[in-house]
Amino acid sequence: MHDELKLLGGAMVTLALATSALVVVPFMQLKAVEPPAGLKPYTSAQLRGREVYIKNGCIYCHSQQPRDRAQAPDDKRGWGRASVAGDYHYDKPHLLGTMRTGPDLFNIGARQPSQDWHLGHLYQPRAYSPGSVMPSYPFLFEIKDKADPGDRVVSVPPAYSPYGKVVVASQEAIDLVTYLQGLDHTYPVIEGKAK
Amino acid sequence: MNTVAILLSSFVLSITGLFVFIWSLRKRLFEPTSAAANVIFSSGEIGQGEDPSATPAQRAALVHPRRAPLSAAEDAQLQEELAARVEADRSTSLVSFVFLSAAVVWLVAGSLAGLTSSIKLHEPDWAVQQAWLTFGRIRTIHLNIIAYGWAPMAAFGIANWMLPRLLKTPLIGARYAILGCMLWNAGLIAGVGCIAAGISDGMEWLEIPWQVDILIVLGGALMGLPLVYTLQARKVAHLYVSVWYMGAALFWFPILFLIANLPAMHFGVEQATMNWWFGHNVLGLFYTPMALASVYYFLPKIIGRPVQSYNLSLLGFWTLAFFYGQVGGHHLIGGPVPGWLVTLSIVQSVMMIVPVISFSVNQHLTLRGYFQRLVYSPTLRFIVLGGMMYTLSSLQGSIEAIRAVNTVAHFTHFTVAHAHLGLYGFFTMVMFGAVYFVMPRVMSWEWPYPWLIAAHFWLVVIGFSIYFIGLSIGGWLQGLAMLDAARPFMDSVNVTIPYLKSRSVGGAIMTLGHLVFAGHFVAMVLRYGPARTGAALLHTTTAAAAPTTLAGA
Repeated sequence: MHDELKLLGGAMVTLALATSALVVVPFMQLKAVEPPAGLKPYTSAQLRGREVYIKNGCIYCHSQQPRDRAQAPDDKRGWGRASVAGDYHYDKPHLLGTMRTGPDLFNIGARQPSQDWHLGHLYQPRAYSPGSVMPSYPFLFEIKDKADPGDRVVSVPPAYSPYGKVVVASQEAIDLVTYLQGLDHTYPVIEGKAK
Repeated sequence: MNTVAILLSSFVLSITGLFVFIWSLRKRLFEPTSAAANVIFSSGEIGQGEDPSATPAQRAALVHPRRAPLSAAEDAQLQEELAARVEADRSTSLVSFVFLSAAVVWLVAGSLAGLTSSIKLHEPDWAVQQAWLTFGRIRTIHLNIIAYGWAPMAAFGIANWMLPRLLKTPLIGARYAILGCMLWNAGLIAGVGCIAAGISDGMEWLEIPWQVDILIVLGGALMGLPLVYTLQARKVAHLYVSVWYMGAALFWFPILFLIANLPAMHFGVEQATMNWWFGHNVLGLFYTPMALASVYYFLPKIIGRPVQSYNLSLLGFWTLAFFYGQVGGHHLIGGPVPGWLVTLSIVQSVMMIVPVISFSVNQHLTLRGYFQRLVYSPTLRFIVLGGMMYTLSSLQGSIEAIRAVNTVAHFTHFTVAHAHLGLYGFFTMVMFGAVYFVMPRVMSWEWPYPWLIAAHFWLVVIGFSIYFIGLSIGGWLQGLAMLDAARPFMDSVNVTIPYLKSRSVGGAIMTLGHLVFAGHFVAMVLRYGPARTGAALLHTTTAAAAPTTLAGA
C-alpha cells in the first residue's frame, strides 16, 4: 500500500459501518420506544440507591436481563419474563450486566420484598445464603453499643451479630435496599413490542 | 427496522464489496511481488536474525548458517542504512522509555489489583472493611489499569519506537507524545481514584467519569501527533503492514472513546449496544492491531526473513477492519436488544475466522524452517506464543458467539477466561517480547540478567495456563448448572469454587512473573550488569569481520 489517505479513508469507512450498525441505527430504532404502562419512574430515594449500586460495582456480578424461556430457564428461577427495550426507559446508565456470579436482579423486589432481609443480607450474605461468595458490606453499616433514636437497627441472625452491640444501617444501605425493593418488572408487556 | 431493509442493505453492501475487490485486482493491489514485505530490511540484511535480548551464546546460534558473506559494496550500503537506523532509534529513545516505564508500573499495580479481586471471589469476608477494596471496585480498578494503563502505554511505547524504523526517518514531535503521556497518566490516576472513591459512570469499560476522560482524550490526541508528522516525513514508498495496523488503530481509538463518552447522549438499551460496540472495539480495533503490528515487525526481524505472503496480510488487515467492528452485539445475545443486531454480530464474529486464519497461516509459513530459533531467541518465544494465542482466542471467540455455545458461556467465568486469553495470552505476551527487543536499543544497555527473562517467560506461561484452563472449566460447569432448572442457583456458585481458587494460584504466579520483569526492567534502567558501548545494531557476521566477532558488543 502506498497511500496513507486511502488507508485511513478505508479504516474510517469500516468504523463508520460498525458505528451505524451498533450505535446509530439502534439509536433511531429505540428512541421512539415508549415505556410500558406498568413501569414507574424511579423515586429520588431509588435513584440514590441506584448510585450506591453503581459505585460498589454490583453490576459486575448481577445481570438485569432475564433471558427468554426458549433459551434459558430464567423464569423458572423466579427471575421473570424476558425483558424488552421499554423496560429500561428510565435507566441511565443501563445496568444490564454481563455476569451472573450472583442471580439476576431484574425482579429482586418482587422476589424478596423484605427490607429486613436485604439489610441483613448486605451486612452478611452468608447468614442468609450459605456458601454465597457475595462480599459482606460492613462499611455500609455502623456497629454501636446501643441504638440512638431514629436509627434503623438491622436484625442480624445471632450467630453473625456482634456480641452485645447493635448493627445500624447507614443511609446508603437503606437507599440501596429501596432501589432493590423497587426492582419489579412483573407487569405485563406485549411480547416483541420493541423488536 | 424491517427484515427486507436489512437484507437489502446487506446485499448492496456485498455487491459494493465485490466491486471494490475487482477494482483492487485491476489496480494490482494484490501484486505477487513481496517487495513491500522487504521494507523493514536494509539491503543485505535479509538472512540475518536479530535479537537484542539474546546472550552471546544464543546469538551465535541465531546466525543463519546458509547466508553468504556480503560483498564490500553491499556492506558499505548496509552500514550506511544502519547508521540511519541509529538516528531513528536515537529520536525515539526518550519517548519509548517514558511510555514503557509507565507501562511497567501499571502492569504491577494492575496485577496486584487483579490478584486481590480474584482472592475475594472465594474469600468474600477478606478485606471488606474498606469501601475501595470491595470486589466491585477493586475488580474495576484492575480492568481500568490494564485497559488504559498497561496496554496503551506499552502499545504506544512500542509504536513510537517502530514508526521511525518503518518510515526510515527520525521521529518528529516526540515532545508532544511525552506531554500527552503525562496528561493521559494524570487522567488515569484521577480516574482510578474516582472508581476507588465510588465515582463512576457505571458502564463496563467506561467507568472513568467523562469529566476525567477529557484529560485522556487530550493526552491521546497529543500522543497521536508524532504519527501524523512522521508519516508526512516518510522516506519509504511502501507503507509496511505494521504501519497500516498502527495508523488505523491510532485513528480508530480516539473516535471510539469520544463517541462512547459523549455525555447525555446514550439511553437505555441503545446505551447497552453502544457499550459493547465500544468494549469490543477497544480490543479489536486498538489492542489487536497494535499487537499485530508488533508481530509483523518483530517476527521477521528476529528470524531475518520477510513475511511469507504480503497479500495474506493485506487480506487479513481489511477483513479485520470490516468484520471486527461489528461483533460487539454478541455480548447481548438473549438480551432485550433488536434481534437483527444480535444476528449481525454473530455472523461477523464467525467471519472473524477469515482475518485470523490469514494471519496464522502467514505466521506459520514465515516461521517454517526457523522454529528451532525459539530455543535461542528469548524475544521470539514471547512473540510467537502471543501470535498463537491470537489464533486461539479469536477462534474461541467466534465459537463462543454462536448462540448455542453462548447460552452456556454467557454470564459465566468462561467469558472472563476468554477475555484474558486475548488480552493476556495474545496482547501482553507480544508486548513482553517487544519490550525485550526494544529496551536494549532504547537504553544502549544489555538486559543485565538473561536468566530472568527465562524465569519471567516460564512463570507467566505456567501461571497463565493454570489460570486459563481452570477458569474455563469452572465457567463452563457454572453455565451448565445455571441452565439446569432442576438444580438450585447455589450449585452454579459452589461448582466454581475450586476453579476460582486455582485462578488465584495461577494469577499469583503470573504476578510473580511480572515482578521479575519489573525488577529486571529497573535493574536495566539503573545500569546493572555488563556495559555496552553504543547501539549494537547487528550481532552478526560481515565479510570484514570474523564469524565470532559481535559487532558493537
